Amino acid sequence: MNKEIREGIDHSIPIALGYFPVSFTFGLIATSSGLNPLLAFIISLTNFTSAGQFAGMKVILAGGTYIEMIITIFVINLRYMLMSLSISQKIKGFDLKDRLFTSFGMTDEIFAVSSIEKDEISNKYMQGIITLPYISWGLGTLLGGLISEILPIALKNAMGIALYGMFLAIIIPVAKKDFKVLGVIIIAIAISCAIYYIPIFEIIPDGWAIIISTIIASALGALIFPEVNSDE
Amino acid sequence: MNNIAIYLIIMAIVTYMIRAIPLVLMQGKNIESKFLKRFLDFTPYAVLGSMTFPFIFYSTENKLTGIIGTVIAIVLSYLNKGLTKVAVYTVILIYLIDIIIDMI
Repeated sequence: MNKEIREGIDHSIPIALGYFPVSFTFGLIATSSGLNPLLAFIISLTNFTSAGQFAGMKVILAGGTYIEMIITIFVINLRYMLMSLSISQKIKGFDLKDRLFTSFGMTDEIFAVSSIEKDEISNKYMQGIITLPYISWGLGTLLGGLISEILPIALKNAMGIALYGMFLAIIIPVAKKDFKVLGVIIIAIAISCAIYYIPIFEIIPDGWAIIISTIIASALGALIFPEVNSDE
Repeated sequence: MNNIAIYLIIMAIVTYMIRAIPLVLMQGKNIESKFLKRFLDFTPYAVLGSMTFPFIFYSTENKLTGIIGTVIAIVLSYLNKGLTKVAVYTVILIYLIDIIIDMI
């Protein structure tokens, strides 16, 4: 097997395993809320994103307008624009087909792992890293939807934290090694929490809160720590 | 149902467009600005951090287990346990703690 594909697959295994409880949870919650398990499955196959899917699901269940759906999905997924922009700097030798394919698989975790593990990303690597997580995402959703009837409520409730556990597992080890990254993370969290808890900012939807926090924190990081060479 | 199909199509198209447009348009163009490059370096971490907090506290059945789960996840992550173990162990421990809390 091609070396690059192999590497992509290796890097994708923790992601695929981590996705399973999350997509399972999505399938579970979507079905418990009244959605057809097959529908939840199709949503996962065509969106491949957790936050956006949960948000979209809420709009469907609330009977929101199509405009509402467009804006909600747009805002909550806007961060992917930053990620695609960021990744576009690292990809080498991609034709249109590769870009279209890679775009589809640009999830938070796939973006995070590929950006962090590789300085230069090949199309084969992306093929490797996207495959298993995608399968896991779809399969998990399907199984979650089907098993929704049988699971103890307590376990369903506990699963909510799986996604966030994964996020922490990605950023904390890096923050440990690089105090600049730690600084940026803390700023982002501070802003996100401020927007959430301070009454004046209540109007700001979650999706915007993430974008605002990200932009401010990253910009401050770039201003205060312009040099790449770590010296810790 | 007609309705559902349109919702699904909207979700799929909007999500994909957001991801595809920057990747496709930046064909062969490299960002020169050092500031912008550095900015984009920090983006993944800022995004994940702001997506996690404060929402992680409310991700379980009650705030207490949410906080406990957060601490567990942070500790396990700090110990470099890896994505899967962190997610699985945290879920299992919270599940058990929930049961214990209910029994008390």
